[in-house]
Amino acid sequence: MSTRTGRSTPVMEQRGVHRPTPPPAWKPRTDPAPLLPDPEPYRVLGTSAVAEADSALLLKLYGELVRGRRYNAQATALTKQGRLAVYPSTTGQEAAEVAAALVLEDRDWLFPSYRDTLAAVARGLDPVQALGLLRGDWHTGYDPYEHRIAPLSTPLATQLPHAVGLAHAARLKGDDVVALAMVGDGGTSEGDFHEALNFAAVWKAPVVFLVQNNGFAISVPLAKQTAAPSLAHKAVGYGMPGRLVDGNDAAAVHEVLSEAVRRARAGQGPTLVEAVTYRMDAHTNADDATRYRSDAEVEAWRAHDPIALMERELTGRGLLDEERIQAVRDDAEEFAAALRAGMNADPVLDPMDLFTHVYAEQTSQLRDQAEQLRAELAAEQEQER
Amino acid sequence: MSTAVESSRPGGRTKPATMAQALQRALRDALAEDPAVHVMGEDVGALGGVFRITDGLAKEFGEDRVTDTPLAEAGILGTAVGMAMYGLRPVVEMQFDAFAYPAFEQLISHVAKMRNRTKGAMSLPLTIRVPYGGGIGGVEHHSDSSEAYYIATPGLHVVAPATVEDAYGLLRAAIASDDPVIFLEPKRLYWSKDSWNPEAPTSVEPIGRAVVRRRGRSATLLTYGPSVPVCMEAAEAAQAEGWDLEVVDLRSLVPFDDETVCASVRRTGRAVVVHESSGFGGPGGEIAARVTERCFHHLEAPVLRVAGFDIPYPPPMLERHHLPGVDRILDAVARLQWESDGGMN
Repeated sequence: MSTRTGRSTPVMEQRGVHRPTPPPAWKPRTDPAPLLPDPEPYRVLGTSAVAEADSALLLKLYGELVRGRRYNAQATALTKQGRLAVYPSTTGQEAAEVAAALVLEDRDWLFPSYRDTLAAVARGLDPVQALGLLRGDWHTGYDPYEHRIAPLSTPLATQLPHAVGLAHAARLKGDDVVALAMVGDGGTSEGDFHEALNFAAVWKAPVVFLVQNNGFAISVPLAKQTAAPSLAHKAVGYGMPGRLVDGNDAAAVHEVLSEAVRRARAGQGPTLVEAVTYRMDAHTNADDATRYRSDAEVEAWRAHDPIALMERELTGRGLLDEERIQAVRDDAEEFAAALRAGMNADPVLDPMDLFTHVYAEQTSQLRDQAEQLRAELAAEQEQER
Repeated sequence: MSTAVESSRPGGRTKPATMAQALQRALRDALAEDPAVHVMGEDVGALGGVFRITDGLAKEFGEDRVTDTPLAEAGILGTAVGMAMYGLRPVVEMQFDAFAYPAFEQLISHVAKMRNRTKGAMSLPLTIRVPYGGGIGGVEHHSDSSEAYYIATPGLHVVAPATVEDAYGLLRAAIASDDPVIFLEPKRLYWSKDSWNPEAPTSVEPIGRAVVRRRGRSATLLTYGPSVPVCMEAAEAAQAEGWDLEVVDLRSLVPFDDETVCASVRRTGRAVVVHESSGFGGPGGEIAARVTERCFHHLEAPVLRVAGFDIPYPPPMLERHHLPGVDRILDAVARLQWESDGGMN
């Protein structure tokens, strides 16, 4: 060690004992306590918290739940009639689906997974367009900018970083826009889930991550997916709050998501919400759920049905009687009939679309290939004559 | 379509400049001209990138425009997709060729397909800069020629500059493109110098045009990126053997300029494709097939390929055996079924 006198004396010799320099002070970067989820999923219906709930909102949620249930039944029926290639149902999960749509403003963005067509429909998207992917006439059946709904994402969790980037871009531009991204319990194991949450927290992006823990990733139960105390706990590792909510309690999901959206809008950053729910149907119409779960388990969840929970509360408040329930069901029937009619009309397909939307400007290679297909189609028509 | 031999433009004050400087200038001009342009990646901020291509940009344009991201390539590209959805024009830096692989799902399932998935409603004006290729003495995972993966994915443009002037012009064109562009930067040409006029950089040419770098009559060398200077050197050396070789710099693999390539091969009647990427499943196979399909009656010999071996990229002390060099190119030229030894055809 150099001194003013120019004498170099090792630390140990100076004092006779070795005193290592202490490391620079360390402290946690954030207090983890406020980020931790509650020990139990938050509930409103059937608890004292329900007194605070607004009747108009509950009635609105109820109407959406009933319509959502009918939508699930109709879409499943359409697979049997050959009008849909496949349908991943959200029967039993309607509360989280519709609440996700209702907490957003028009200017906000929704980032659904392939299972979340109901959320898109509840946000106002034409159900025939929402089902375009599953009908198979085009990958995305709608213009994402019209309702600010990103394309339904089939590769799990890959749309979450898009939500983060979009929210970040909006904030950079000074726009008051929140993005809500939806993913399932299986999707939380994907790397993109981790990277999206990390980027969102570092950038303090106005994003809400909604995990619907419906118990299964196709056939694999949550216990084989994670060893975390809950999926909401994962938030703490990224430095954002994790919230645990009863996913079948539409009032509770609405309240928790609204609070997360409010935080995001106020510049306080992202929130991870885990909605604990259950997939009442198989993964899709092509799946056989009896191979991996018991009827007893399904029945236990049937007793905690989102529609029944809401009906109980509204009936107790005197807001719902047989007549009103029938009116809501009639409305849902009307919706289903319109969907049937829309889906029974054959889509108009133009094979040349295959080449139109690959690049902004068609390459000469694609022009040649388009010509080839055009000639093949002409020859086909000639033969049919 | 222009097939003129590239010449230095008259009037400008040219001086020696490196490809790195031209790339940095392209980024700076793009950032200055369009507020939608954002540069993002690992170490692109205070450090200026590990190759210093973004040097000074964070200071000049602020950290919101030139952003050090967390170290996660899928996250970088995935968030850039979201930013592009909202109207920004992100320019992503993947630190090294092999470090871009974690982002492949985003690239293949979203970046390349978004316009198509949405019937044109949603385009992604994204530039993905990838320092690529070998010859810099890099240890493993730092020298891959990964272009075959990219060109096999419809929806992406794939370009590689070989000159200082093209580095500027192609990068500006990539950033201006409304489609995603994989911009392959030949690492070992970063410090190569050409005379270039940084005061009046080249006007932006559209992506997809090849250029004849050297006129010749005997055979055509079809190449791009880091192999262009090697082919130019080979063409000079070939003169001693009596061959007058033409060199075509493809510049863009997607879109592919069949017109310029075929015009050259029809003139010379012989062709060799040269690239660092492995031969099997590499771009050379596609190029040879395209040339054969279109120029068969003009060909005096099968189209040959000089490519990297079909091996994982070698350790730095062995890489010179892997990379196509002048001798290997001349050996291939010698096998082009000449009627008389060394004769000018």
